[in-house]
Amino acid sequence: MPSKPTHFLLPAVTGALFIALWHGLHLWLSEDLRFLLPTPGAVLGALRDNAAPLVRATLNTTEGALLGFGLAIAVSSLLALGLSLSALVRVSLYPYLMVLQMTPVIVVAPILVLWVGPGLKSVAVITFLICFFPLVVNTTQGLISTDRNLVELFAMWRASRLQQLFLLRVPAALPYFFTGLRIAATLAPIGALVGDYTAGSSAGDGGGLGFQTIIYSSQAQYPALFATAAVTCALGFVFVAVVLGLSWLALHRWHDSYERHDT
Amino acid sequence: MAPPPIVELRDVSKRFSAGPLVLDRLSFAAQPGEFLSLIGPSGCGKSTLLRLIAGLSPLSGGSLRVAGRTPDDAAADLAFVFQEPTLLPWITAGRNVELALQLRGIPAAERRATRRQVLDLVRLGDRADAYPRQLSGGQKMRVSLARALALIPKILLLDEPFGALDEMTREHLNEELLAIRAQQAWTAFFVTHSVAEAVFLSDRIVVLAPHPGRVHSVVPIDLPQPRTEETRLSRAYHGLVTDVSRLLRSVEHAAA
Repeated sequence: MPSKPTHFLLPAVTGALFIALWHGLHLWLSEDLRFLLPTPGAVLGALRDNAAPLVRATLNTTEGALLGFGLAIAVSSLLALGLSLSALVRVSLYPYLMVLQMTPVIVVAPILVLWVGPGLKSVAVITFLICFFPLVVNTTQGLISTDRNLVELFAMWRASRLQQLFLLRVPAALPYFFTGLRIAATLAPIGALVGDYTAGSSAGDGGGLGFQTIIYSSQAQYPALFATAAVTCALGFVFVAVVLGLSWLALHRWHDSYERHDT
Repeated sequence: MAPPPIVELRDVSKRFSAGPLVLDRLSFAAQPGEFLSLIGPSGCGKSTLLRLIAGLSPLSGGSLRVAGRTPDDAAADLAFVFQEPTLLPWITAGRNVELALQLRGIPAAERRATRRQVLDLVRLGDRADAYPRQLSGGQKMRVSLARALALIPKILLLDEPFGALDEMTREHLNEELLAIRAQQAWTAFFVTHSVAEAVFLSDRIVVLAPHPGRVHSVVPIDLPQPRTEETRLSRAYHGLVTDVSRLLRSVEHAAA
């Protein structure tokens, strides 16, 4: 592990180099092509000029992402509990979970709009569809990977099924659950944006980042498009940071994925 | 007249579904407070036998009485120690020791007292708040032992509990186990690969032959009690280790 100052300094240097390279690339392009790659400064300017619509769009997208993400966590946890109970149930349902994952959201979106209506509901459902699979797969894997000796000990101790579930299987599954949660957290804002792009545009509340993307691209506002991408990226970072924080809270004392502090 | 045996096996057989016979008509008995070791070449079914006594697996034939009952009904009198520490990593050593008591509905104050007592027995009184990963291999095994002792079992079943530890740690733990035995009166069934360990600990050693597992011989170990480091230096101890090793080798040759 590098020491703390290097830990922050190195990415900062990489970032600065990247921005310099980006700016250089812009200057290297001929005048008539420079619109394809606006300068970092121009993107910052677009961020400032479009602050109001971008903030509103970000809040709308965040709402949809949170709803879909939360729904995915709840439903996937319950389904994983069901799946963990029997290998037969797993074998019966697994192919269809794969189907759910393989079906492109872009194709399903128009149908969803017809079913649940445009706007927030569609955005949430699409986010749900994108986040669901990694969550259910990881949580199920965690719930069925409990140490067999521990299961036998609980049996010898005459633990009830509920005691076995909540004192043994669920805590043992937490590291797997958080792995799924980390993947899903990176997908949630993207899912909400895609949902908004395909199904959220006619919402009365002015739409989210997907809707802004449609507007900026139709008006050829390329710096603003870059700004929208940056905002979406930042939103993703926030989601991941929160999940990493929760994961740390739940696991750092005992799990090997965190550094050990001897007492 | 001898007291009734605490564990009695009569013609105990075991096969897994349609597989070959793993244990073939085993008969022997353990007296209350006795320390029995089970040794034999791999494939002799010694771990399977321990699991039968623990009620973790049903018999295929014969009868097995534990404290006058079936293994299943005697669960409260049994404690099992696995080869791995098998602790819950997300709770502290102390909470691990308390867990089984908690499941039995024993009140918190009483749990706390028992926990302190058994952690002191295994000389880990000051590590109750450590998580398993903060402990060494030997310390984790001690917590695992303390957890079993906390149940105040009549019968302690140990499946190669010190097999993964280094020689020094293992010898220390053997001495500690005997010291604890002087304070808690349980009957022990101890599965091991180490003849030296079996001789040091046991009142009797049951030598099993493989394919299918059956009792080859029962060797009484009449070394004086208490057994200490000195015991390991005695001529009688070395004589017994040599004899049992020879016996074991002849069983292995016969099987090969």
